[in-house]
Amino acid sequence: MKTLYFDNNATTQVAQEVLDSMLPYFREFYGNPSSMHTFGGQIYRKIEEAREQVALLIGSDPDEIIFTSCGTESNNTAIMSAIETNPTKKHVITTKVEHPAVLNFCKHLSRKGYRVTYLPVDSKGRLEIDSLLQVIDDDLALVSIMHANNETGVIFPIEKIGHILKERKVVFHTDAVQIVGKLPINVKDLPVDMLTLSGHKIHAPKGIGALYVRKGTRFYPYLIGGHQENGRRAGTENVAFIIGLGKACEIATKSIQKEVGFVKHLRDKLENSLLSNCPDASINGDKENRLPNTSNISFEFVEGEAILLLLNEYGICASSGSACTSGSLEPSHVLRAMGVRNTAIHGSVRFSLSRYNQEREVDKVIEVMPEIIKNLRLISPFGQERLTGKGYAS
Amino acid sequence: MWDYTEKVKDHFLHPRNVGEIENPDAVGIIGNIVCGDALKLTFKVDRKTNRIIDVKFQTFGCASAIASSSVLTELLKGKTIEEAQKITNQDIADYLGGLPEEKMHCSVMAKEALEEAIKNYKGEMQPIEPQGRIVCKCFNVSEEKIRKVAQENHLKTVEEITNFTKAGGACGSCLGEIETILKDVWSTKEPIKIEARSIKKRTNLQKIALIQDILEREIRPSLQADGGDIELIDIEGNKVIVGFRAMCVSCPMGGITLKSIEDKLKEVVGEEIMVVEE
Repeated sequence: MKTLYFDNNATTQVAQEVLDSMLPYFREFYGNPSSMHTFGGQIYRKIEEAREQVALLIGSDPDEIIFTSCGTESNNTAIMSAIETNPTKKHVITTKVEHPAVLNFCKHLSRKGYRVTYLPVDSKGRLEIDSLLQVIDDDLALVSIMHANNETGVIFPIEKIGHILKERKVVFHTDAVQIVGKLPINVKDLPVDMLTLSGHKIHAPKGIGALYVRKGTRFYPYLIGGHQENGRRAGTENVAFIIGLGKACEIATKSIQKEVGFVKHLRDKLENSLLSNCPDASINGDKENRLPNTSNISFEFVEGEAILLLLNEYGICASSGSACTSGSLEPSHVLRAMGVRNTAIHGSVRFSLSRYNQEREVDKVIEVMPEIIKNLRLISPFGQERLTGKGYAS
Repeated sequence: MWDYTEKVKDHFLHPRNVGEIENPDAVGIIGNIVCGDALKLTFKVDRKTNRIIDVKFQTFGCASAIASSSVLTELLKGKTIEEAQKITNQDIADYLGGLPEEKMHCSVMAKEALEEAIKNYKGEMQPIEPQGRIVCKCFNVSEEKIRKVAQENHLKTVEEITNFTKAGGACGSCLGEIETILKDVWSTKEPIKIEARSIKKRTNLQKIALIQDILEREIRPSLQADGGDIELIDIEGNKVIVGFRAMCVSCPMGGITLKSIEDKLKEVVGEEIMVVEE
């Protein structure tokens, strides 16, 4: 069965060009970039080329880029660096809807005696700047706010927040894992001190990430050891993956403008059709300020895991905020922070697209989804009255 | 992704007996949409034979909740009320070839819907609120339910309680309390598991003593509670021969009971143990 992949906010397919660029660095050019001999030393230049490619995608200087093992490491590094370089300050601000890589690290800090403020969001998942202004104080070591939300795709006003924090000289980190490669961003216009990006969300492999650290930002390494990455991240470079990330960034830089339109067209077609063909369905998140590839839809009276497994029968991959899919028994912390009704959280499904999706794949989802929802509602003790109502009249 | 058995997938993709019986003799409703799962069970009983002649379900929930409900209806068909009463959540899980630990609460939900339906059938008042003090406020789980499920399923850890009842699975503020309840439940019967595991090499006599001990302390009381019983006939090497007594003799769930006894003995004594009927 062919896989119809609509889970690109979870991970993406490695681009063929990316894989091709990596392969020589496993068996042919396997040297250590720190070595004195040419065989190893020549690799160093390749890493610097990759650094330039990453820098180009986000508009930074190459030496502002540190390669890490993943988005989580970049996030942990950024937060710990701000903590280490501001030893007297004990307050951290983040949001209730961050990725666990930030959220759980902040919980860890509060166990260590730090005060953490979790900013709320409104029913459309939007951050209110006022709530941030109210909690800024002199004790603030760091503010870490994601650029775009992984579950809903809602984009936060990082530029606006950055200007506010710059005035007050507060360290500002943004987890930009979900927006990089999906929408053009440029750190020249974005007043952030640190920014996280991840390879496997932009068609590079899993196991490689990067942290942008603006020149002049005080920095303290998270991994301590050798002199790699200019002493900012110890550990022998993951050469092939760094080359792959560079290549993925190069492709994204070239094609991002064209892709945004294509992916958005497919997403909108999918979303509009599902909303009009499935009764009692609604969008989670601010439609106006959203990633072009993400659609989070709640289907009332049915449970997300059941929907996903039925989609799975057609090879369709998506994800859900339902409790049953989370590994814990709790439903999505993002949708709960937005105050989405429980009935709607349990039946939420996220479709996230990429440039590799095709129109006929979208058509397939549009074809099977109304029937799946209808069948699950027939099994459900809730919403029976709807079955004879609108949408199911035939 | 959950590791569901083929049987779970089958009952999820092709649920049996979906719907609601008109003018049912019994209705059992459990769970609610806020908690993430709910089940409505309806059945009809032949008043002459006292047997369940038709049964249907409606479930809001994940694949394992739907599969557990479907299996429950299959197990119920043709049974007398007395026989139905003896179905345990473990029977449902066993019929499905097992459920992931974290999903055992789905089998418990099915069992609870059955209990509610039987109460309803017998004309007993259905409590509007769950009985007893609520321990887990997130999922509305009472102390009584935690104690009952712990005893019925021999649960010894807080994690197991969460897997079977959901209690403590959200905010986690009641985890300490669950631990206290568990300690109390097992205070009179120290978990055999631990002492048994600490013995690495046992003599044959020690093994026999241990098997007898588990049968006496853990297995027989739960069978007796359902009007059944079991007798240890002989132990030949690793083969444990038992005989069913009382209600167990006619119980169609005999095979499942045998399997669960074997699982328990395997867990405590060793993987090599085999349980057979005389």
